[in-house]
Amino acid sequence: MKRWYPPRVLVFSWAGLLALLALTVFGAYQPLGAFNTALALTIAVCKALIVVSIFMELRERNALTIAFASAGFFWLAIMLWLALADFVTRPNFPPGPPPLT
Amino acid sequence: MSSDRNYLTADNSLRSWLFTTDHKRVAILYFIGITLFFFIGGAAATMIRLELVSPQGHFFTSDVYNRLFTMHGVIMVWFFLIPSIPATLGNFVVPLMIGARDLAFPRLNLTSWYLFMIGGLITLYAIFAGGLDTGWTFYTPFSTMYSNSHVVLAVTGIFIAGFSSILTGLNFIVTIHRLRAPGLTWYRLPLFLWSLYATAAILVLATPVLAMTLLLVALDRFAGIGIFDPARGGDPLLFQHLFWFYSHPAVYIMILPGMGVVSELVSCFSRKAVFGYKFVAWSAIAIAVVGFFVWGHHMFVSGQSAYAGLTFSFMSFVVAVPSAIKVFNWTATMHKGWVTFDAPMLYALGFIGLFTIGGLTGLFLACLAFDVYATDTYFVVAHFHYIMVGGMVTAYFGGLHYWWPKITGRMYPEYWARAAAIVIFFGFNMTFFPQFILGILGMPRRYHVYPPEFQIWHVMSSTGASILAVGYLLPLLYLGWSLFFGRRAPANPWHATGLEWQTPSPPPEYNFETMPVVKRAPYQYTLKGRERAQNA
Amino acid sequence: MHEPQPAMQFVDLRQQNDVAQLGMWVFLATEVLFFGGLILAYSAYRIGYSSGFAQAAARTEIAIGTANTAVLLTSSFLVAWAVLIARQREGRIAGLLLWGAALLGLVFLALKGIEYSIEYRAHLLPGLSFAASGPQAQATHLFFAFYFIATGLHAVHVAVGIVVLVVIGIRARQGAYSERYHAPITVAGLYWHFVDVVWIFLFALIYLPGRSS
Repeated sequence: MKRWYPPRVLVFSWAGLLALLALTVFGAYQPLGAFNTALALTIAVCKALIVVSIFMELRERNALTIAFASAGFFWLAIMLWLALADFVTRPNFPPGPPPLT
Repeated sequence: MSSDRNYLTADNSLRSWLFTTDHKRVAILYFIGITLFFFIGGAAATMIRLELVSPQGHFFTSDVYNRLFTMHGVIMVWFFLIPSIPATLGNFVVPLMIGARDLAFPRLNLTSWYLFMIGGLITLYAIFAGGLDTGWTFYTPFSTMYSNSHVVLAVTGIFIAGFSSILTGLNFIVTIHRLRAPGLTWYRLPLFLWSLYATAAILVLATPVLAMTLLLVALDRFAGIGIFDPARGGDPLLFQHLFWFYSHPAVYIMILPGMGVVSELVSCFSRKAVFGYKFVAWSAIAIAVVGFFVWGHHMFVSGQSAYAGLTFSFMSFVVAVPSAIKVFNWTATMHKGWVTFDAPMLYALGFIGLFTIGGLTGLFLACLAFDVYATDTYFVVAHFHYIMVGGMVTAYFGGLHYWWPKITGRMYPEYWARAAAIVIFFGFNMTFFPQFILGILGMPRRYHVYPPEFQIWHVMSSTGASILAVGYLLPLLYLGWSLFFGRRAPANPWHATGLEWQTPSPPPEYNFETMPVVKRAPYQYTLKGRERAQNA
Repeated sequence: MHEPQPAMQFVDLRQQNDVAQLGMWVFLATEVLFFGGLILAYSAYRIGYSSGFAQAAARTEIAIGTANTAVLLTSSFLVAWAVLIARQREGRIAGLLLWGAALLGLVFLALKGIEYSIEYRAHLLPGLSFAASGPQAQATHLFFAFYFIATGLHAVHVAVGIVVLVVIGIRARQGAYSERYHAPITVAGLYWHFVDVVWIFLFALIYLPGRSS
């Protein structure tokens, strides 16, 4: 009979995820300036890590699987870093409407 | 030999071919597809070179000319070069080389072919229904707002074909990691597999970004979203960043497999292990990784920030280093080897020379100051044709000849093959070297009307193209002939090392009766082997 | 139920399970980069129009978004639970859990549909039915373009996931899975959890900015 019970770790993870959801919504309404974004993204990363490591069982997998799981995010980071380097350092971004000649 | 049951004779019904999961048959299906697209793209090239013979442009209007070079680029990049070696030679050889019975996901492999053909047919339809005039690069806002051509249709075809690429890459990565025969450690793998692994990594990581980019172009055009339109707050450079994030690594998809083939050919026909195996192996990985850091070198004059330009220029110099390491190591492999000039080796030698020229001219273009002058001229056109045609297509032909006996069970006629290789080399240089000069003189790319003082170089280039065309038609003829009349091939006609040569030619359906066990490093060529090859 | 056999290219079922999971992780990496292109577009324009994006984000339906996040997180919990007990041969209950998750997926899509209709009536559908004015009009337009494309693509992935969960649920109830052979249900679970992870990030980028002013 007991075999169909969910393991405790799973239930606590679910509860933790819902708690983080409440926290992130609450945090969004607090006037923290630039920190709002950092807080929201940090909590999102925490939630994602719970889903990935516990629900997707990555914590029980070998190094190769962890490498594959990380590769997409790592390469996305490369794309964001190098591309945003242009957007952040360009004086005329956004370009705005072309001049009427 | 042919009375034996092999993968070709096992079941000859059309149904058995169209529903096959045998990687060897999927390779043949791909081969038919890409050959078809090669000749269609080549027909476009023929029309381009015909048009460029005269400075005024006699045959086509500018609008039609735009559609011709677009068609040439789209078909050659996405429907010939990207799949070429991986989907044909790779699909055939990878399981054999690692001692497996098939790839990790055989049904995904067949799905990949169907996606490729469906995408290709949709794109062909777009082209024959009136064409595409945006260039293969689809720059916005022209492609999203002003072009009067079949952008959405073409983009749909390429989007679908992109999933074909992704699935092939996925299959290769998992196969090479997990289906290697016992004893086949990473450092015992033939270098072709290291190159295909690096290629597969790029296929998997870069192509999805192309998918999103094309989707955004289609949505922008279809729904008028204006995500790339400056008048509505968008930025055309966002498109360029997204597009080139895929398309630069894509050019490494279009060279790494060729480098892998060349490693096999150079060692076999020098009867010597590849010099600096680990360097050549890791240089493939380095090219794949660093290749993701350089895409902005296509955007030096686009208006991106100077800081971005500097970063991308520097990284473009860095990425040349692993390629150079390969060239040095192949050369060192031949040094004091016992070199024979069979047709595959002629192609390998052609690759080394032509790729070096293409690669060096890439370094010129990586210099910001030079690129401002040379960008969008024929210098760039010559540069990338030296690499993609002089390099990749040459390597493809080399690999095709090398593995032809294994794939078909027949030998091709050697003297015709050598003649064709020489004609191709000569025709290629005559076509594309004048284009470097044209570029320096100021001839822009994608123009069909030009000042009369450029005509001599265009005539030279077009003459070369006609010779090159003959060179490319010859293998179609003699390889086709060999299917019916060629000498039956033994299991290992080149006395080469590698597990694929331990099976009969052609191989049986399930490749290996018992799983092979590998105990030695690759490329164990010996003096005895040389003598045996000499006396063969 | 007969004993499952490994496919002919595999040595044993353990290798087959392992290979199937690796294959799914590679596919998920491609999905990260697919959505990643959109994330780049969003990030670039958020840098360029920081206040405009914040104001536009404040016009999203945070109640529906939060409810949807809770729905997906719960569905992931059910799927993770189902995968574990399916390996213990509790296929009948696992199948019910998977169907429960699929049902939550349908709830997600229904709420999304309601949300889209609210936004359509508010004339926030870029290109097709959009009316915003003022200095932040362009930023609002771009923000909602990103919103519809990202959540629309995500919804397509949810729809595919629902079908997969229903089919795998049927197989689970037929007793197809065990500790020896569980590749399909594990791999289906990985896909569903990934769809959840994408939503976690989309929620943070779409619904939360601009709420504190």
